[in-house]
Amino acid sequence: MSTSDVVNSPSAAVAGRFGIYGGRYVPETLMAALEELEVAYAQAKDDPAFQAELSDLLHHYCGRPTPLYFAKRLSEQLGGAKIYLKREDLLHTGAHKINNALGQGLLARRMGKQRIIAETGAGQHGVATATVCALFGLECVIYMGEEDMRRQELNVYRMRLLGAEVRGVSAGSATLKDAISEAMRDWVTNVRTTYYILGSALGAHPYPTMVRDFHRVISLEAKAQMLEQEGKLPTAIVACVGGGSNAIGAFYEFLPDANVQLIGVEAGGRGTALGQHAARFQKIGGGVPGVLQGTYSYVLQDDAGQISLTHSVSAGLDYASVGPEHAMLHDSGRASYVSCSDDAALKATVTLARTEGILPALESAHAVAEAIRLAPTMAKTDVLMVNLSGRGDKDMGILARELDLKGAGANADRV
Amino acid sequence: MPIEFRKKPGIVAYLTAGDPDLATTRDIALAAIDNGADVIELGVPFSDPLADGPVIQRASERSVAQGTTLTDVLGIAKELRAARPACGLVLFSYLNPVVRMGMKTFCAKAAEAGADGVLLTDMIVEEGGEYLEAMHVHKLAPIFLAAPTSPDARLKAIAAASQGFVYAISRVGITGTQQNVAGDAAELVSRLRKFTKLPIAVGFGISNAEHVKAVGEFADAAIIGSALVALIEKSDPAEAPAAVGRFIAGLRG
Repeated sequence: MSTSDVVNSPSAAVAGRFGIYGGRYVPETLMAALEELEVAYAQAKDDPAFQAELSDLLHHYCGRPTPLYFAKRLSEQLGGAKIYLKREDLLHTGAHKINNALGQGLLARRMGKQRIIAETGAGQHGVATATVCALFGLECVIYMGEEDMRRQELNVYRMRLLGAEVRGVSAGSATLKDAISEAMRDWVTNVRTTYYILGSALGAHPYPTMVRDFHRVISLEAKAQMLEQEGKLPTAIVACVGGGSNAIGAFYEFLPDANVQLIGVEAGGRGTALGQHAARFQKIGGGVPGVLQGTYSYVLQDDAGQISLTHSVSAGLDYASVGPEHAMLHDSGRASYVSCSDDAALKATVTLARTEGILPALESAHAVAEAIRLAPTMAKTDVLMVNLSGRGDKDMGILARELDLKGAGANADRV
Repeated sequence: MPIEFRKKPGIVAYLTAGDPDLATTRDIALAAIDNGADVIELGVPFSDPLADGPVIQRASERSVAQGTTLTDVLGIAKELRAARPACGLVLFSYLNPVVRMGMKTFCAKAAEAGADGVLLTDMIVEEGGEYLEAMHVHKLAPIFLAAPTSPDARLKAIAAASQGFVYAISRVGITGTQQNVAGDAAELVSRLRKFTKLPIAVGFGISNAEHVKAVGEFADAAIIGSALVALIEKSDPAEAPAAVGRFIAGLRG
C-alpha cells in the first residue's frame, strides 16, 4: 500500500503508524500502560454506552454542535472566497481541547484511574483537563512551562480555581516540549495509578489516533453543516498546527474528498532561523524526521540531533515536533503546510475582532491570517473554512502588550 | 564480546559524556575501569532526556550546552577502547541523535570505535527491526531495558533481543538515587531469569556499597549512574577522576 492509499482511507491508520511516521518510542516502563490504554480505548470506542455518554456530554455540557458561521463582513472586505468559521471557540472552556479532554477523562474513569496528569502550552488543554477532573472528581496535576505560565497567566488561575495543581517547569525552553517531558517523567514514576491525558495528536501510539478520533467530531459536523448551508463541500480548509489536534480534527472527514484542499498553518514566529519559529514543515530552517517524546515525525533539531528551541507568540503552537499524521499528510501532499509570522497573527486578530466582533485565540489567528491572505486569490464561488480552534480571552495580556491598547484609538495599523 | 562481569557482583558505571568536558570524561572512565568497573556506559547527552531524573538531566544540559555531539562521544569511546582493550564499553543514548546520524551509519561507527554494545533508552523491542539488523551486522550487543511493569511476554521478547546483559530497572520511575533498593527489583530479576541465561544488571537508584551488596544477592551486576554523575557534579574537574576511582573501589565493600 502506497502512502497515498493510506491517506485516502481514513480507517487505514493501523498499529500506530501513519505511513512511516508515528510508532512507539518510550521508556520500557510505560509500555504496559500504553498497551493497557490501547486495549481500553479499543473497547470504549466500540462500546455504545461510552459513545452515548460522550455525545451527551459534548452536547449538554460543552455546547456541541458548534456553529459554522458565515463571516460575511470579513468575506466582503477581502473580496474573494466566502469565509466560514467553525466556531470551536464557543465550546465550554473556550477551545476545541475539551473534545479530547472529555473523551480521555471518560476513558480514565472507565479504567479506574483516580489521578490525572496533563501538560499544557497555552493552558487551554490544562483548563479542559482541570474541568473534566472537576466534573468527574479526579485528582489533577498539570505541567506547564514557566515561560508559558507567564504568557498565559489567566489560564493558570483558571486551572487552580478548578482545583488542579499547576506545576511549573523551568527546564529547557520552559515551554510545551519541557512540560511534556515532565508529564512523561511523572507518568513513568506513577504509571500504576495515573492516567496521562495527552493534549495533542502526538506522542506514542495510541495517543495520535485516539486524540484525532476525539476531535473528528469537528469535521463530522462541519461536513454536514457545509452541505446544509452551502450545498457543497468547502474549496479549502485552514487550521493552525501546533501539535496538530484541531487541524487533524478539522481535516479528517475530508481526507477522502480529494477536491477539498487542506492547509495547515504553523507558527512562523520572528523568522526562518532555527529557534525563531515552530514551522516544522518549512523548507529552509524547518524540521527533519526524528524521534521526540514517543513518536517519529518532523522535529526541529540541530545537525547533532539536539532538539531546537522554538518561538511563537502563541504558546499553543510553540512546539518542536508535530503530530505524525500531519507528517504523513505533508509527505503525500494531501495537505499543505504554510507558516504565518507572529506579526501577521496579531494583525489577523485585530482584523477578525473588528470585522466580525470575534476575538480569536492567537493560535487560531494563524489560521485566520492565512485565510486573509488566501481568500482574495480565490473566486467568489469558492468557500474557505477556517477552524477557529479557540477564543482569545486568555491572550488579553499579550495582546495588550503587543498592540498597545491603552489609548482610545484604533491601533490595528501599528501591528 | 568483552562484556563480562569478572567479580560478583559486576559494576557498570554510567557517565554522561562531556560532563564536565570530554577529556575529563575519558579520565573518569579510566579511573572507574582501573578501580573495578567492568563496563562503562557512555551516555550521549540529549536535550530532552525524559527517562532521567534531575541529576542526569543537569549533566546532559551542561554537556549539550558545550556542544558535545554523538560524534564526540564516539571519539571518546575510541580512545577508551585503545587505552583499556579488555573493558566492556556500551554506548547509551536517546534515539534522536542516533536517528539524525542514521541508524546504519551509527552502528558502523560504534563498532569502528570499539563499542561492545548499545543501549537506546526510548527504543522498545517491537520497534527494533532496522536497529537490530544493523547491530547484528556490526557484531554489537543490543541491550534492552526491562521494567517492573513489563509483563512476562514482554520480558521474554526483551531477553530474546538482548545480548551482553539485560538491564533490569530496579523500580518504576526515572533515574536517581534512592534510600533502599526496592523489592520490585528482586521480583523482576527472578521473572527475567526464566527467559535468559544472560547476565542481569540492575540499575536506577543504586548509589552505595550497601545497595551493590543487596543487588549482588539476586542479580549479576549493579549499574551506578546518578550517584556517579552527582559526585562528578560536586567535584572539581581535576579531582573528579580520583574521586570516582575511590567511589568505585569502595562499592564492593
